[in-house]
Amino acid sequence: MNLYEMQASKLSKLIKNKDISAVQLTKSVFSRISSVESTIECYVTICKESAMETAELVDKKISDGESLSPLAGIPIGIKDNICTKGILTTCSSKMLYNFVPPYDATVIKKLKDANVIITGKLNMDEFAMGSSTETSYFKKTKNPHNIKYVPGGSSGGSAASVAAGEAIISLGSDTGGSIRQPAAYCGVVGLKPTYGSVSRYGLIAFASSLDQIGPLAKSVDDAALLYQAISGYDEMDATSKKAKSFSWKIRDVDLSVLKGLKIALPKEYFGDFVDDKIKKSVLDVLSKLKDNGAILDEVSLPSAPYALSAYYIISSAEASSNLARYDGVHYGYRTKNYETLNEMYENTRAEGFGDEVKTRIMLGTYVLSSGYYDAYYKRAKLLQKKIVAEFNDIFQKYDIILTPTVPTTAFPIGAEIEDPIKMHFNDVNTVSSNIAGIPSVSLPCGKDDSNLPIGMQLIGNYFEEQKLLTIAKCCESLVGCLDLPSID
Amino acid sequence: MSNDYELVVGLEVHAELSTESKIYCSCKNEFGLEVNSVCCPICTGMPGTLPTLNEKVVEYAIKMGHAMNCNINYASKQDRKNYFYPDLPKAYQISQSDIPICENGFIDVLVDDGSIKRIGITRIHIEEDAGKLIKTDRFDGTLIDFNRCGVPLIEIVSEPDIRTSKQAHVYLKTIKSYLIYLGISDAKMQEGSIRCDVNVSVRKRGQKEFGTRCEMKNVNTFSGAVKAIEYEYKRQIEILESGGKIIQQTRRWDDEAGKTISMRLKEDAQDYRYFPEPDLKTIVVSKEKIKKLKDQIPEMPNYKAMRYIKDHNISQTDSELLASNLQRATLFDDTIDIDDSVDAKMVANWILITITQYVNKTGKRYDEIISPKQLSELILYIQSGKISNSAGKKVFNEIASKSSKSVKQIVLDLGLEQISNEDELNSIVKQMLKENEKSINDYKNGKTNALGYLVGQCMKATKGKGNPAMIKEFILKYLKSQ
Repeated sequence: MNLYEMQASKLSKLIKNKDISAVQLTKSVFSRISSVESTIECYVTICKESAMETAELVDKKISDGESLSPLAGIPIGIKDNICTKGILTTCSSKMLYNFVPPYDATVIKKLKDANVIITGKLNMDEFAMGSSTETSYFKKTKNPHNIKYVPGGSSGGSAASVAAGEAIISLGSDTGGSIRQPAAYCGVVGLKPTYGSVSRYGLIAFASSLDQIGPLAKSVDDAALLYQAISGYDEMDATSKKAKSFSWKIRDVDLSVLKGLKIALPKEYFGDFVDDKIKKSVLDVLSKLKDNGAILDEVSLPSAPYALSAYYIISSAEASSNLARYDGVHYGYRTKNYETLNEMYENTRAEGFGDEVKTRIMLGTYVLSSGYYDAYYKRAKLLQKKIVAEFNDIFQKYDIILTPTVPTTAFPIGAEIEDPIKMHFNDVNTVSSNIAGIPSVSLPCGKDDSNLPIGMQLIGNYFEEQKLLTIAKCCESLVGCLDLPSID
Repeated sequence: MSNDYELVVGLEVHAELSTESKIYCSCKNEFGLEVNSVCCPICTGMPGTLPTLNEKVVEYAIKMGHAMNCNINYASKQDRKNYFYPDLPKAYQISQSDIPICENGFIDVLVDDGSIKRIGITRIHIEEDAGKLIKTDRFDGTLIDFNRCGVPLIEIVSEPDIRTSKQAHVYLKTIKSYLIYLGISDAKMQEGSIRCDVNVSVRKRGQKEFGTRCEMKNVNTFSGAVKAIEYEYKRQIEILESGGKIIQQTRRWDDEAGKTISMRLKEDAQDYRYFPEPDLKTIVVSKEKIKKLKDQIPEMPNYKAMRYIKDHNISQTDSELLASNLQRATLFDDTIDIDDSVDAKMVANWILITITQYVNKTGKRYDEIISPKQLSELILYIQSGKISNSAGKKVFNEIASKSSKSVKQIVLDLGLEQISNEDELNSIVKQMLKENEKSINDYKNGKTNALGYLVGQCMKATKGKGNPAMIKEFILKYLKSQ
C-alpha cells in the first residue's frame, strides 16, 4: 500500500514510531499529485516547496524528541476560501485571482501549531456557491471514482483530493451541505461541526450565520483528529462558543454503544426524491444498527421541507452584503474598462463574478430591499426558529438522527449546471443542519450501480460531536471504508 | 413675512469616542498618526476577517444615555448598513437600526437669553466610522487613509424640538460639554470628532403638522450648522411664499459659498438594506452594570449652571464658565457645601479668576491646587475682614505651592491678619495725617487722588495689614470734620 492511500490515524503512528518520516509521506503525496492532478484538477495552488520544508522541520522536531500532536507531519489540503498568510486565496473566483491574505485564519494557525503540512489550496465552487465545483473560475474538478462525474460542491476539491490520495486529509466549509454532499459523492467522511465550535476567523464569508469549517477524511478517526485540532473557542470570532472540549483517542471500535441507542428517522428526509438504491443502502445500515441493539423510530420534522427556501433567502441575503466588499478598490480584480467610480464598481463586479454568484447577490439584495424585508428575510428567520424547535423536540427523545446525505449520487459534469433548481435541490437533506446550527457528518455506506459512492448522514445535537462521531465510527465499522479508486 | 413661519429643526450628532482601541479590532484609536499606520486586516475589511465588539464603546454610549436621561436597553442589536463608497472597505457600516442602546431621553439647554429649552432625544446608537479619501497633486486619482476606519462613534438623534438656530447652537455646545464632562470624547471639532446632520423644515405658526424636511449632511462646524439652518429657513419660506412646494431631499452645506446645495431627492434615497449583523452577538448589559454606570454620572454642566444662577444668583456667563469644567465646578460645589455661610459669588470669582489663572499658568488640576476646605476657610477669612483680598492671594499662593498648613496657620505665619481694631487704626491714621499736612491740603484743594496716597501710607505703616476700607473711612471722617 502506498503511503498516500493510508489513513492519517495510521500514518500518525508510523511517524511517531519513526517507521516513516514526514518527508517520505509528503513526497508520496506529491508524487501522487504529479501523476493524477492533471486528471482530477482539485488544486488551485500547490505548495510543494513550503510543504517539503515543513516536513523536514517536523522530522527534525521528532528526531529531537519533541512530543508532537497526532497530526504532526500529515499532509493536508485547504479549501481555497480559508485565508493562508502569503499563499494565494482565491475562493475560485476571478474576483480574487490575485489575492494573497496578509494573515492566517485561526484554523490555519492551529494547524501550523500542530505541525500539519499544508499541501496547497483546493478548488471549490466560486465563493462556495454551488454543488458541483463547476462554478469555479479556474477549473472543473473531477470525481476520482468516475472522472466524467462531478465531485460535488462546494468543497469539491477538498473531497476529491482525499479520495484521489492528493492529500491525506482536507479542510472544507459547509454553508448548506458543502462538506457533506461532496464527501458523499466522493466516498469520504465529511463533518459539518456545530455552528460556533470552529472559528470562522479567516474563512472568507459566504453566509456568516451558516458557514462552518470542517474536516474531510478517509475515516471517522481521521475526521475526528482533524476536528480536534481545529475546534475550540476563539476570541477573534464573536460567534464562536465556549463548549466542553472534544477529545478523541484512536482505539478499536466499541459496538456496545449501539445497545439501546435511540435513532430518529425523519420521514421528510426519505421522500420519493431519494434514489431507491440510496434508500436501500441506508436501510442496510439501519438493519445492522438494529442487529446491534439500536432502537429505530420514524419521526417527523414538519418544517424541514421549507428549510431549503429559508436557506436560500438567509444565505443570499448575507452573501449580498458579504460580497459587496469586492468592489475593485482595495484588492483583487479591477476592470480596466471605466471612467467613473460607479462604472468601476459595476464593471468590476460584472466581469469579476460568475453567474451563480451574481444570481445569489441579486436574490439577496432583493430580499433585503425596503418593502420586501418582512416578506422574505424576516419570515425565513422565523422559520429558522421553528426548525430549531423541531430539532430540539427530537433530541429530547433521541440520541441521533440518521438520513441519506444527498437524494442522488454524483451526476455527470455539465448535467445540472444549466438547471439551478435541480442543482439547489442537492442540499435538501443537508441545509436543515446549517439552519439549526447542529453538527452532521456524512460517511460512505455503499456504491450505486455506476460504482459511485453513496453517503449517509448522522445529525447530532449541539456540541455533541463526540457522540456523533462515536456513533459514526460504529456505522463505519459495520459498512467499511471505501478503498481509494484507481484513476486512469 | 418670515415671522409667520416657525422653524423646526432636528439634529443627528456623530461623536467619535476616545476609547483606547477601535470599535471592532485592537488597533489604536488615535488621531493624527501617519496615513494607514493604525489599521489592520479587520478594520480594512480584508476577506475572512470578523469584528469583535469593544465593550468600552458600549459603556461610553450608556454613560451618554444616562446623562441624556435615556432609557437604556439591556439588550440591543447591531445591524449592517449597506452602501458602496471607497472609504468604506467592507461596503457596509456596522451600526444599529431598530434596537439602539439608548432611547427616549431629553436634555434641557440654557439659551443665551436665559430661557431653558427641553429637547427630546430619540436615540443614541453606536457605529463605526469610515476612512478618509485623500486628493493630492502628486497623484492622479484618489488615495484612501484607513486610519479612521473603525473609530467608534455614537450617533445622538434629537426630536424635531428645536425652534431657533440659537437653540440649535446651544444644543450642540451642550452635547460637546457632555462629551468632555463624561470623558468619552475629545470633542475636537477641528479633528472632525463631532459632525452633524441637520434636518430643517418650516411651518406656519400655529400649524400642527410638520412641513416637508430637508436634510443637510456632514456639517462639520457649529457655526456651519447655525448658518445652514438660517439659510434653509429663508430658502424654504421663499419657496412657500412664492407658491412652491418643499421637496424632501438631502442637501449639502457649502460653508465657503454660504449656501445649501441639493444632493439627491427622496426618490433617489439610498436603500441601505439594513439587516442584523450576523458576525456579532446581541449586546447584553446587566441591570447592575447599567446602574453602576448611572452612579458614575455627575450633575451635568447645563444643570449646574442653571442651579448656580437660581440658588447663588451668579450671572449666566459666570455660571456657565464655572460649570464648563468638571473639576472647576466640583471645587465650587464642594467649597460651598462645607460652610453655607461662605459667599458663593466670592467663591465663584476666586475660582474663575485667581485659581483659573494659576491652573492655566501651571497646567495643574484644580484639585491638586487647593482643597474645598482650604478655599472655604480662605474665603471666610476675607469675607469677615480678617485678611485683605491681597493677603488672601498670598495665602492662596502658599497653599498652591503645596503647603499643608491650615489657612489660619498661614495667616499667622505670614503675619497677614488684618488690623480691624478701630482704636488701633484710628491712632495710626491720626499719626499719618500729622506727618502729611501737604496731602491734606492737596485733597482740600481738589486733588482727590491724595486720598489714595494717604490710604497707601497708612497701609504701609501697618505693613499692609490694616483694613483698607476702615482706614479710608477714618481718613474721610477726619477730613470732613476739619
